[in-house]
Amino acid sequence: MNYTEAKPDFTPINIKIRNMNDLFLQLTVAILIGIGAGYLGSFMVLRRMSLVGDALSHVALPGIALALVWNFNPFLGAFTALFIAVLGIWALERKTELPSETLVGIFFTISLAVGLLLTPEPELLEVLFGDISTINRTDLLITAVSVMAIIAILSFIKRSLTISTLSKDLAKSMNIPVNKINFVFLLMVSLMVALGLKVAGTLLMGSLVIIPAAAAKNISLSASKYIYLSALFGALSSIGGIFTAVFISIPAGPAIVLASGLIFLITLALRTQKV
Amino acid sequence: MKEIILDVQNLSVSFDDNKIIDNLSFSVRKGEVIAIVGPNGAGKSVLFRSLMGLIPHLGKVIWTPKLKISYIPQKFGVEKDFPITVKEFLQLKSKDHAKMMSALESVGLKTKSNDYDKHHIEHHLLKQRMGWLSGGQLQRILIAWALLDNPDVLLFDEPTAGIDIGGEETIYNLLKKLNDEMSLTVLVISHDLNIVYKYANNVLCLNKEKICFGPPKDVLDRQALIELYGGEAGFYAHKHKN
Repeated sequence: MNYTEAKPDFTPINIKIRNMNDLFLQLTVAILIGIGAGYLGSFMVLRRMSLVGDALSHVALPGIALALVWNFNPFLGAFTALFIAVLGIWALERKTELPSETLVGIFFTISLAVGLLLTPEPELLEVLFGDISTINRTDLLITAVSVMAIIAILSFIKRSLTISTLSKDLAKSMNIPVNKINFVFLLMVSLMVALGLKVAGTLLMGSLVIIPAAAAKNISLSASKYIYLSALFGALSSIGGIFTAVFISIPAGPAIVLASGLIFLITLALRTQKV
Repeated sequence: MKEIILDVQNLSVSFDDNKIIDNLSFSVRKGEVIAIVGPNGAGKSVLFRSLMGLIPHLGKVIWTPKLKISYIPQKFGVEKDFPITVKEFLQLKSKDHAKMMSALESVGLKTKSNDYDKHHIEHHLLKQRMGWLSGGQLQRILIAWALLDNPDVLLFDEPTAGIDIGGEETIYNLLKKLNDEMSLTVLVISHDLNIVYKYANNVLCLNKEKICFGPPKDVLDRQALIELYGGEAGFYAHKHKN
């Protein structure tokens, strides 16, 4: 995302396709983000982190704003801000057994307010809702490598993550390093959210993590199907969203979120019931 | 007399200046069934967590070295909509199919191998969602999970939470059977004094401090019950659940 270049008009976020290469590039990045966010989101939803996930993306805003003001890479700014927030959640969870959702809700919304004041106006819309049109080949490379790393690392800690989600005491009694696992997981969360900001922006990225997983949960009996479907729904949302955005000329980020919302509604109707 | 496998000396646990357990000492011998009883908030679950080394404490908790201990925490249920099957759950502990089958057999969910049974186990139990099991089935699966790594000791925090009265007896019969057959040492937290009388070698009455310890018929007298549960408590007054 090139934030430093001032845009000639103030409606910069409608999707722009100059040629087929552009479409292919945007679609690939969006699908990768969809898969990564869906896979990661499946664990977040089970760990009752829906609200955290949704609000966490707001924290990126002050990071991006500072990057724009001080002229360094916005991705780095976003990732740093998210990482600090995640460290905060981690410390909070370690210190108290209390649900951190209220504090998270307050702290993250304040970050959004600060970010809104700091972000230069020409970039504001793009930062809030994402602009996939500005994506280039370097972004594709970074996204591909990062998403693969996230999925590989999560697969590696899947068993420990699942047991500690079921019961922290149980995990500890089995000598699973619960705090370390939690830290690695939250690190993956901040990386994934930072990556997705180009596609969905700071306001909507959280929903890309949460909605596909919530939809998959509706129709899955088993954990393996749930995780797989969550990633698949993430990818389908991206495909549906990008094509809709291209055909009716709307911003891609909201279109992808709406597509995932539609998938959620369909799965809600097909919800698995006890037989 | 069999060897002592757990020796607890002057155990004290506090949370923020609040004493939860005060100067508790007792010991457990191999192959015993120990029941821990006491009112809500008496420190029973906290005792288990300190025996497992999960929370900081003062005093000594000495287990025989190289003992395998399986612990099933309180309210360790799986939420109804948590997408995980029984098979996936058991596989979190062991991928060995034969072991899984033998654990299911131990808890009475699998009988002699025949085709009908095989079909039933595969399709109606292993592929079932954990959250949809009945209370009794869930407790059996939790016990099977605990048995998967052939433990020497089982710590079970309220084995009969969420089970009807008929089912309670079955779970205790099962624990007793495992105790007999595998010389498994069992420590359970229980609310039901009838059950304690029937199955436990020793009972530990806990209300912050040790009120009584010993064979139930010797130590669970009127005086101990009054000290444990307060003035109005009688023998049959303990049907309440957490």
